Amino acid sequence: MLISEQKPLQEILGYLDGDKSIFLIGCKGCAEGWGSGGEKQITEMKNTLQEKGKTVTGSVVVDMLCDAALTRLKLRPHKKEVAAADSILVLTDGAGVQTVAEVVDKVVHPGCNTLSAGGAHAEWKESERCLECGDCVLEFTGGLCPIARCSKHLLNGPCGGSQGGKCEVDPSIPCVWQQIVDHLAKLGRLDKLERLVTPKNWSVSLISGPPVKRYS
Amino acid sequence: MKTRSNLEQVLESKIFAVTGELGPPQSADPEVIRRKAKILKGYVDACNVTDGQTAVVRMASWAACLIAKEEGLDPIVQMTCRDRNRIALQMDVLGISALGMNNMLCLTGDHQKFGNHPAAKGVYDLDSIQLVRMVRDMRDEKKFQCGEVMAVEPHLFIGAAENPFADPFEIRATRLAKKVAAGADFIQTQIVYNVDKFAEWMKMARDKGIHERVKILAGVAPIKSVGAAKYMKTRVPGMDVPDSTVARLQGVPKDQVSKEGIKLCIDIINQVREIEGVAGIHLMAIEWEETVPAIVEAAGLLPRPKFII
Repeated sequence: MLISEQKPLQEILGYLDGDKSIFLIGCKGCAEGWGSGGEKQITEMKNTLQEKGKTVTGSVVVDMLCDAALTRLKLRPHKKEVAAADSILVLTDGAGVQTVAEVVDKVVHPGCNTLSAGGAHAEWKESERCLECGDCVLEFTGGLCPIARCSKHLLNGPCGGSQGGKCEVDPSIPCVWQQIVDHLAKLGRLDKLERLVTPKNWSVSLISGPPVKRYS
Repeated sequence: MKTRSNLEQVLESKIFAVTGELGPPQSADPEVIRRKAKILKGYVDACNVTDGQTAVVRMASWAACLIAKEEGLDPIVQMTCRDRNRIALQMDVLGISALGMNNMLCLTGDHQKFGNHPAAKGVYDLDSIQLVRMVRDMRDEKKFQCGEVMAVEPHLFIGAAENPFADPFEIRATRLAKKVAAGADFIQTQIVYNVDKFAEWMKMARDKGIHERVKILAGVAPIKSVGAAKYMKTRVPGMDVPDSTVARLQGVPKDQVSKEGIKLCIDIINQVREIEGVAGIHLMAIEWEETVPAIVEAAGLLPRPKFII
């Protein structure tokens, strides 16, 4: 169970600045259980965004958004709505956001912070995708997580050791910054990497914050 | 002038700059620093002192810098994010400036996996670009990273590194621009052996007007042996050693290889000097410091200007 909570609305609206039309995706698994991105929250977010003058081209709530095959299947009937949107807002944990970034060629915004795995991990078998850092940065990294997948957790681009798409620390590890650059280049959005990402708030992570988190 | 840095004065005077590099010992012996500093004095405008390069435990950069300064060098303290969080970094910045250091090179740092303590916990609270901005804000805004204001600010000429040869190549100029926007005053590059690729990178930088906003120093280094060239070519991530470089060293008698390596370094200095926007060289003759005087002289870069620091 990945425990997540919605980011403050102002932060989400900041991400959507410049985008007129949005497609919404939620998850019936963990995000519905924690009230961060189930049917109810997707409907609420749809209303909120419309009040703020955005067009919501459509929405879908996938049973398990961390399952790439299932997500691809569930998005198929919404192809036109997704195509009509400037970007996608995903209300779930970091694993779900990264699934969407992987299966859809569109800018993806994270709408939640992932706080904890609650003792378990998402359904992404070959590698870690979300370290539940509590301060999601996927907005600035093309929907691929450098906290989980870069050996130095770099937020402002690749280090000098990225070569041939591999990480210098271990050639069996793909360089996530190469993947981020490739993904954003494909979307024609390398401009997203020009922004200076400021130091991260580690006080909300399990690594640097309190060792045990309690949720009501 | 933002600082009392000799390097800043040289660069501001539009003189082609020469910086050197000094590796501290894996011991508490100050004589190693003094010996190396004596060799470099008069041949470099400032001298980097590495901060646990390749993640091997060595004397702290700031401490070795203090000794180098006593010997008359203008040291560049190297500061990595690998071993310090934002609290420790800022404390060191204050201390370094208070000790009279004028320059700091902001680095992310070599990963701990490569060193002699691979089980260490890497910190990486900030990345190098965030470090540059933090030091800039401390110097120019008198602000700590948290936003609080300090009474007396540090005066440091701020450097950053860039590797024109690493992947993804297309993002390298953007990343350089970001470092400059964050507040870097000068840039030192990875060692250049592939001059064509370096020239291509410099063109990308010029197209963005970056060479007008920051001083770019091209990294150069003599090669001692064919084995060293091959090692750098195949084993060091982010290094680009062309086949022609290896072939040139292989093409001379064995006892002439190190001489040829020095000649090659001088040739590269002469080539990068011709590239528009290159403000100087960063000569890295690690554990081969005694070659520096001859290289600087043969490249026609003597005498070095004298400023009061």
